[in-house]
Amino acid sequence: MKILVPVKRVADPDNANKVKVSDDGTKVTSDGLEWKMNPFDEWSLEAALRLTEDVSKKGMKGDDGKPLDRIGEVVLVSIGPKDAVQTIRQGLAMGAERGILVEAEDSSLDSHVVAQVLAAVAQKENPDIVFLGKQSADGDSNVAGTKLAEMLGWPLVNYATSIRTEPGSDTLTVTRALDGGVQTIEVKMPCVLTSTDRILHPESVKNGVTPEDHKYPESEGGRYASLKGIMAAKKKPLEETTLEALGVTPKRTEEYVKFALPPAREGKATVVESVDELVEKLHSEAKVL
Amino acid sequence: MTDVLVVAEIADGKPQKTTLSAVTFAKQVAEGTSGAYDILAIGEGAASAAEELAKYGARKVLRAEIAGPYYAEAYAPTVAEVAKSGGYGVVAACASAYGKDLMPRVAAKLDAGVASDISGVAIEGGELLYTRPMYAGNVFGTLKLTTPVHVVTVRQSEFEAASEADGASPIEDAPVAPADAEGKIRVVNVETIQSERPDLAAADIVVSGGRGVGSAENFHKVVEPLVDALGAAMGASRAAVDAGYVSPELQIGQTGRVVAPKLYIAIGISGAIQHLAGMKGSKVIVAINKADPTDGTAPIADIADYYLRADLFEAVPKLTEAVRKLKAS
Ligand SMILES: Cc1cc2nc3c(=O)[nH]c(=O)nc-3n(C[C@H](O)[C@H](O)[C@H](O)COP(=O)(O)OP(=O)(O)OC[C@H]3O[C@@H](n4cnc5c(N)ncnc54)[C@H](O)[C@@H]3O)c2cc1C
Ligand SMILES: Nc1ncnc2c1ncn2[C@@H]1O[C@H](COP(=O)(O)O)[C@@H](O)[C@H]1O
Repeated sequence: MKILVPVKRVADPDNANKVKVSDDGTKVTSDGLEWKMNPFDEWSLEAALRLTEDVSKKGMKGDDGKPLDRIGEVVLVSIGPKDAVQTIRQGLAMGAERGILVEAEDSSLDSHVVAQVLAAVAQKENPDIVFLGKQSADGDSNVAGTKLAEMLGWPLVNYATSIRTEPGSDTLTVTRALDGGVQTIEVKMPCVLTSTDRILHPESVKNGVTPEDHKYPESEGGRYASLKGIMAAKKKPLEETTLEALGVTPKRTEEYVKFALPPAREGKATVVESVDELVEKLHSEAKVL
Repeated sequence: MTDVLVVAEIADGKPQKTTLSAVTFAKQVAEGTSGAYDILAIGEGAASAAEELAKYGARKVLRAEIAGPYYAEAYAPTVAEVAKSGGYGVVAACASAYGKDLMPRVAAKLDAGVASDISGVAIEGGELLYTRPMYAGNVFGTLKLTTPVHVVTVRQSEFEAASEADGASPIEDAPVAPADAEGKIRVVNVETIQSERPDLAAADIVVSGGRGVGSAENFHKVVEPLVDALGAAMGASRAAVDAGYVSPELQIGQTGRVVAPKLYIAIGISGAIQHLAGMKGSKVIVAINKADPTDGTAPIADIADYYLRADLFEAVPKLTEAVRKLKAS
C-alpha cells in the first residue's frame, strides 16, 4: 500500500494566541513562534504509518538490510518555501519513506491551489490513499482534501475515526464522525481520507498484518521520532519540484483583504470565593440564571 | 443582485436547525444585494422536509429526493446541477459536519472558491466580504472570493436560526443527477446518538467537563445533575473524551463542535487554545477550577467572566442544589 500524506508547516498552534496582525491589517505575523507540523496532518501521518507497518516485526531487518516492519510506503508532500523541508524531515524521522517539496510562497497558496498541486502529485505518484489533515491549524479552512477528491474523481471519507483493511484488499472500512453519531463506510482505493483525533485511539487502525490484538499507546499526537529515526531521515530521498514542473497553473480563489485580532473579552474574570456568591452573581448581575 | 441557494440538512424527513442558520445568512445576502434566496431540500425525506422549509420566506423550495443515507458523492452532483441551472451567485450551507463534507465538493464542481465556517458577511458596493475565524479563533480574516460563484458554509453559533415568515414558498421538483463514484463508496451503517438533552449547537446553556472530572462515573454523579438541573447541553474537553469519560460527539473545540450559548460552564477544564476555539463566543463564561487563576496554569481565567476557585467535587453538587432551589422558587 502506498499512501501520500500532505503535510503543512504552521506557526506553533499551541501559541496561536500570540500571532499578531500588521498595523495596516494586511498580514498575519507569527514572528517568534516556531514552525510545527500541522497537528491535524500529524494525526493522518500517524494513521498512515500504522496502516503500512507490521509491529510484530519492529526493528527486524531483511537480508537486504531493509526494515521488515514496513509493509507499505508513506510519501510526504509539502507545498511551501524551502524551510518546509524541516517539516518533511520530521515526518521522515517518524518513519515515512520519502518526501516531496513543492516550492511555493505561502502567500501564493489557498485551499484551491493546494488541491490543484496535490492532484498533480497524486496523478504522478498513483498512491492508494491520499491522507490529509482535516484542516490547517492556521487557516482552519477544512477544504483542500475534499476539493482534491473531486478534482481526482476519487471517493472521499472525511473525519475518519477508525480504519480497517486486509492485505491484498482494495477496500477500506472506515468509520467517520458526524455531529451526532458515527457513519461506517466501505470505500475502494484509490481514495482520499481525512482524520480526527479519534484515529489516534490505541485500536483505531487495523491493517490485517499487525496482530489484531495490538494496542498502540495512548497519545495526543503522532509518534515521536527516535534518535535513529532522525539520523535515518537525513538519508531518505527528498525530491524538490515546482508548480511549473508539475504542470500546474495555479488558480487562486481566495483573497484576504484584512485581518484583525478578535475583540478582547471585557474586563478580567471576577474571581468568586463561594458557590453562593457565584449563584448570586449569575442571577442578579449576569442575569443568566 | 446575488441569488443564494441554501442547501438544507435533513434527518428523518425533517430539516435540521443548522439549515435555518444558513437561511439567515441567505436572507442577509439577498436583502443586501436585492437578490432572492431559494432552499434545496435534498436527500431522503426531502418531500416532507420541503413542506417545512416552505415556511421561511424563500422565493421557492426545490425538492430532490435521494433515497438512502447521506454521502457527499451522492448529493454533490445534484447540488451542483441545481446551482448551475439556477444561476446562483452563492451556494450556502451550515458549517456542520455535513456542510463541511459536502460543500467543498460542490465548489470543485462549480470552480468556486469556498468561504468556510464564516462568522459574518458584509456587503460593500455589491461585493460580498466574508469574516471568518482563523488560528483557532485568534485572528479574524476578511475574505473576498475571486470566482464568479461563491460557496459558503456558515458557523451555526454566529447566525441565529431564521424564524418563520408569512405565507408559503412554492415547491418545485429538482432533477436528481446520478451519484459520483458509483460502486466505489457505500454507507454500511449510520449510528446516531440519541440524547434527551438539547443539541450542543442550539442550547442556551452548555455545561462542560474536563480532565479534572476524573472519570466517567464522576461525570455521571457530579456533572450530569448540574446539566439537567439547568436544562443544559453537555460538553467536554478533548482530554475528557480521550480518557473515555464521555463520547466523542460531546467534544468542544477546534476539533469538536463550536458553541456560543448564553452561559457556558467549564468544570475542571484548563482552557487550552484548542478548547477555547470552540466556546470563546459564549456570552457568559464560568470556570470552576481549583488552579490559581493568576498563575497562568488555567488560561480559561483569561476569558472567563466568573472564576470559582474551588474543588469541583465540593462546588458542583452545591451549585446543582442552588440551581434547583432557584428554579423551584
Ligand atoms: C490539533 C489539536 C486539536 C485539539 N482539539 C481540541 C478540541 O477540539 N477540544 C479540546 O478540548 N481540546 C483539544 N485539544 C487538546 C487541548 O490542547 C488540551 O489538551 C485539552 O483541551 C485539555 O483538556 P482539559 O482542560 O480537560 O485538561 P487539562 O488541561 O489537564 O486541565 C484540567 C483542569 O482541571 C483542573 N482540576 C483538576 N482537578 C480539579 C478539581 N478536583 N477541582 C477543580 N478543578 C480541577 C486543573 O486545575 C486543570 O485546570 C486539541 C489539541 C490539538 C493539538
Ligand atoms: N501547503 C500545504 N502543503 C501540504 N499540504 C497542505 C498544504 N496546505 C494544506 N494542506 C493539506 O490540506 C489539508 C486541509 O487544508 P485546509 O483546506 O487549508 O484547511 C491540511 O490538513 C493538509 O493535509
